[in-house]
Amino acid sequence: MSDVVEKTLTALPSLLSLDSQPGAGKLSSTSKLGQFIRNITELTSKHEEEKLIKKELAVIKDQVSSPYTTMRQMRELMVRSMYCEMLGYEASFAYIHAIKLAQQGTVLEKRAGYLAVSLFLNENHELLLLLVNTVLKDLQSTNIIEVCMALTVVSQIFPKDMIPAVLPLVEEKLSHPKEIIRRKAVLALYKFYLIAPNQVQHIHGKFRKALCDKDPGVMTSSLHIYLQMIQESPDSYKDLVGSFVTILRQVVGGKLPLDFNYHSIPAPWLQMQLLRILSLLGREDQSTSETMYDVLNESLRRAEMNHNITYAILYECVKAIYTIHPKAELLEKAAKCIGNFVLSPKINLKYLGLKALTYVVQHDASLALQHQMTIIECLDHSDLLIKRETLELLFRITNAQNVTVIVERILSFLRLCNDDYTIIDLVGKVAELAEKYAPDNEWFIQTMTVVFSLGGDLMPPDIPSSFLRLLAEGSQSEVDDRQLKVYAVNSYLSVLNDDCSHLPQRFLQVISWVLGEYSYLREGLDQEEVILLLKKLLDQRGVSAETRSWVLSALTKLCRGSGRAELALAVAESLSSTLDTVLRQQGHELRHLIQDGSLHARVLPQPAPANSLEVDSSLSFLDGFVSDALAAGAAPYKPPHQRQEELGQQRAPTLEPYALSLPMSLSSCTVTDRQSPSVLSMSSGLSANSTEPSQRAGVATLMLEGVKRVWGKEGYLPQRDTSETPATVEEPSDVVQSSHQQVVIDISQPEPEPEPPQLDKKQQLASSLFVGLGSQNSACLLGKTEATVPRFRRKPHLNDASSSGTSERSSDSSHSSHSTADSFLYGGLLEEEPATPIQSSRHAPQPIAASGSCEARQHGLTVNGVDENRGGAVVCAKEEKRAHPTQLIESDMVRVRPNALAEGAVVPPQNCSRHLPSTSSCGSDSEVLKLPFELQNLPHSDIISLISDSHLCISCCRVFREDALLIVLFLSNSTEMVLCDVALELSCEELQMGSLRGNVMESMAGRTSSVCHYTVFMERPHTHVPFTGTVSYQTQPGHKHTLHFSGKLTTADFIRPLVLSTEEYGKLWLSFSHDVKQNLRLLTDAGDPLIATLNVLKDCLQLHIVDIIGSEGIVACRLLDGAPCLMHCRVHGASLAVWLRSSLSSFPDCLLYHCQRALQEH
Amino acid sequence: MIKFLLMINKQGQTRLSKYYDHVDVGKRAALEANVVKCCLFRKKEECSFVEYKDYKLVYRQYAALFIVVGITDDENELSIYELVHNFIEVLDKYFNRVSELDIMFNLDKVHIMLDEMILNGCIVETNKNRILAPLLALDKMAES
Repeated sequence: MSDVVEKTLTALPSLLSLDSQPGAGKLSSTSKLGQFIRNITELTSKHEEEKLIKKELAVIKDQVSSPYTTMRQMRELMVRSMYCEMLGYEASFAYIHAIKLAQQGTVLEKRAGYLAVSLFLNENHELLLLLVNTVLKDLQSTNIIEVCMALTVVSQIFPKDMIPAVLPLVEEKLSHPKEIIRRKAVLALYKFYLIAPNQVQHIHGKFRKALCDKDPGVMTSSLHIYLQMIQESPDSYKDLVGSFVTILRQVVGGKLPLDFNYHSIPAPWLQMQLLRILSLLGREDQSTSETMYDVLNESLRRAEMNHNITYAILYECVKAIYTIHPKAELLEKAAKCIGNFVLSPKINLKYLGLKALTYVVQHDASLALQHQMTIIECLDHSDLLIKRETLELLFRITNAQNVTVIVERILSFLRLCNDDYTIIDLVGKVAELAEKYAPDNEWFIQTMTVVFSLGGDLMPPDIPSSFLRLLAEGSQSEVDDRQLKVYAVNSYLSVLNDDCSHLPQRFLQVISWVLGEYSYLREGLDQEEVILLLKKLLDQRGVSAETRSWVLSALTKLCRGSGRAELALAVAESLSSTLDTVLRQQGHELRHLIQDGSLHARVLPQPAPANSLEVDSSLSFLDGFVSDALAAGAAPYKPPHQRQEELGQQRAPTLEPYALSLPMSLSSCTVTDRQSPSVLSMSSGLSANSTEPSQRAGVATLMLEGVKRVWGKEGYLPQRDTSETPATVEEPSDVVQSSHQQVVIDISQPEPEPEPPQLDKKQQLASSLFVGLGSQNSACLLGKTEATVPRFRRKPHLNDASSSGTSERSSDSSHSSHSTADSFLYGGLLEEEPATPIQSSRHAPQPIAASGSCEARQHGLTVNGVDENRGGAVVCAKEEKRAHPTQLIESDMVRVRPNALAEGAVVPPQNCSRHLPSTSSCGSDSEVLKLPFELQNLPHSDIISLISDSHLCISCCRVFREDALLIVLFLSNSTEMVLCDVALELSCEELQMGSLRGNVMESMAGRTSSVCHYTVFMERPHTHVPFTGTVSYQTQPGHKHTLHFSGKLTTADFIRPLVLSTEEYGKLWLSFSHDVKQNLRLLTDAGDPLIATLNVLKDCLQLHIVDIIGSEGIVACRLLDGAPCLMHCRVHGASLAVWLRSSLSSFPDCLLYHCQRALQEH
Repeated sequence: MIKFLLMINKQGQTRLSKYYDHVDVGKRAALEANVVKCCLFRKKEECSFVEYKDYKLVYRQYAALFIVVGITDDENELSIYELVHNFIEVLDKYFNRVSELDIMFNLDKVHIMLDEMILNGCIVETNKNRILAPLLALDKMAES
């Protein structure tokens, strides 16, 4: 049997050339399928169709379940069911029979069965499981055709969970002698890779084999996998660039068999696939790009035939050339190519040219200038798609000078557009442009008015809320803000004075909010008039309940003063019987506020203080109530995630403490790899997440503001910034702020190229559209990044300000703090480094209230400290050895050196080693460095060697000063030579740093040391902060040496004890709004678990234990001498329930993280 | 990525539909009706690509039959436009001057050919002989 098939396959080409397939057996008109199709073609109405199909379905249903139906008939029935489904009538009863047909039929019927299955079922259909056995059987068949079918269906739909069952069989097929089987096996693996990448992890090597397969078809199919994988991580496949280039060269050179040609172009789709892969690999990689210049040039040259398919290839080529590292010669050719496209009379080509141009302008805006007249023509093109693509292009070249013209164009397109998707897209773009480049307030408000009225209620809610926030928060300048608000009030009043029955609800909401909030700013405006307008709105039909409630809150703000109060009172009365409970309640509130003037003034102060309005998201004013309730026996509140965990725990009891157990046990048992760069980046990512709310928009995490800003400067389309910037380079900020008049002048300014004095309309338009791009004319090949100056620079704090007045938009930082807590937990899971052994021997720095006695005690301690450390050193020795020298800071031991050993500020090392006892931590043979005298009394870490080369050795010590962290760097010249021009630089992005002294020296004598101090401040907590530094010096003039080092600081370095009394603690507790609750592990190994645990935390993290009463303890600390953090601990079963509060939102999370670490380490 | 391929005649009747992302049977009819609306009434001088929701439609007309392909924005429209032609050439080769009726009467075979060309929304084979090989082998076996 299989022999026959093999012969058939090999004989195929000759079969085809005979051209002897007469319609491939048309169905006889007498067959039922034939009759059915005939009936379908004669249908004239939907109603008839429905009747016919219903009847047909009934017949099919009857027949499929009949035991006398043969497989041949079954096949026909399946095709009829396919027809029914294709026309939109479900034939679910046939599904199981399709599977049966695939199982039992002979070849042709089997194929029909498989086909029906792939058409009827989706990936998650449960019946699919029944197919697995059939597939398994067919994969092992000796009949190639059957194997083929099985592989085809596997690569179409296959249940994810069953992949392991067929995987070995499919893999085996990769070395099948027939190319078609190998090809299909590769495609099946591609499918597996898409739905379950982990499962095919182990066969990456075989993919490479497929890429090198002698059959071009097999190689082609492997490219799908590679495209996918390269998209995910281009860096892992750079070694394959050579292969891809060779393949492309061979394809372009016509080395493939002739039947791969399409209209005499060799394998065009394969070429395009390869070009896409190459552009991904060459992006931002000069050396890789260089290897592909030749072949790209060749592709460009070969594709000069006049056929659509060559244009398609050219398009990919051009895209690739602009994506990879630029080469002038190629860019020139590509630009010419785009020019040909754009100027082509063929509309499809013109479109493709515009699309290419849109892609390219983000790299080189001047190209748009070259084709400005064509672009203008396309703007007025009758074809909507062309117009739309042109607008997209204009959107990308918008800058502060052409924004008015471009936005006007987009808006006029929008006015005629009735497609929802287009409207949503374009409205968002206009809003973005308006916010970014608005030339003046008037224009901005007017544009937004159009946006709101055109966007209607389709508009994503982010646009109005972002607009309102912008109004509320304002920009840097007070005067500007006021002007903006007044202008908004004016224009909205005039909108309301006109007929506003057609306005979308969203816009009405915006209007009422603005009027309620800012109408008082306009002088000479009778507020009664505003109230009347709003009242009219309230009574208007077609206004939704939501809008009414916005209007009401506006009224509530306005109702101060006698005449107004009466008007408002009338409104309140009229609402007292409304059926809508929300409105009724608001009406009720309104009445109360009118009657109680002082309450009104307190609730809604007139100049609504956008920034000073603190939203107490933790509801601390309810604390009294809560403590009363707790005292009365109520269960303490647990945050949702904790409740969930506890639920989970109840279901499946575990013996380990929850919450921390997983990440911590993982981190302590994984083989550690401190050098792994992922650790560093991971932790820096973490810290960025946890602290900078303003940066969050970029990172895909929960946003603090509570309102998502898709259209913000960074939010929508992450690459937008880079794509925009080329268009707006060299804009002094005063131009951005320029008035409308100035823009008008710009419009009339002629272009750089000499134009005839009479500008016709189009050229005028051109000059106004492309203004600002001219400066770009000079070669600007690379993506340059010069920041644009958005008109409305938001203030950095986005947190609470926006919620003034609108009660439903209160921010919820409690949410965010949970999320950061989670992210720490998550971080712990991934972090591979061993937890810092901070607590091993660090001594407490002096508390704030340190007195003489304290000092004395410390001295006593320090003397012991040295001895203790000898023991400790053994424990930590392993840790130190493993650690990379440049990252030692984290794992060092901390100790305070005895005073008696103090010498001068800079001690020549060799002297020192003679003086010192052999307890020195650096080992007896190395030089011993000492802290300057004035620092020796302060708590400090051990001195660790950071890095050294043949001349210089750099060591580091951290000194924990009350108000800062002092990084003391020791430079010691280990040679006899004099080193010149020694310069030290230390930098850290997240932290403030100040150099105190000694970072530049003209010369450094042989065998001497020098000390540099850096003070480091932390204003916002970060879990880990990496820092880097360089030292440069010259051994002889002209011989410059540079040493790089790096290290890491943690919040723990910046935590200082906060000494206060229980009463002070209580007061402080109530004043903080950011809180986090979590359960920690309780140490039960020695004595009182609470005291033991707190002592461990105290020793590790410099906390101050304020008080311990029964099973509760209170602890306080602060960040240097800044923000305090209070911790309330309570023994709760086998764990310690802690509740942290601070004035800094991320501090509790950070501290909690370090507490977890510390306890885990213990 | 190719999202779907439809063959619809001038009267708006679907002759073949293949979806590469799951779409409920009930929703397909509505989608097809919209797609037809987008493509049928376009003039000759307008371009062969249309925006439809967040897809692009690429269509090509052969006599009374429209072939419409829904693609994502990252796909090259012109290459799909030519792919459609390649598909028709394959059908032509198999049916020897293909007509709408051929497609209707041999729905399953057309699907089989299409499955060879496009898989999971990717173009996997464009060599006509290779596209036809499995089907011809099937025919051969059915005859014997």
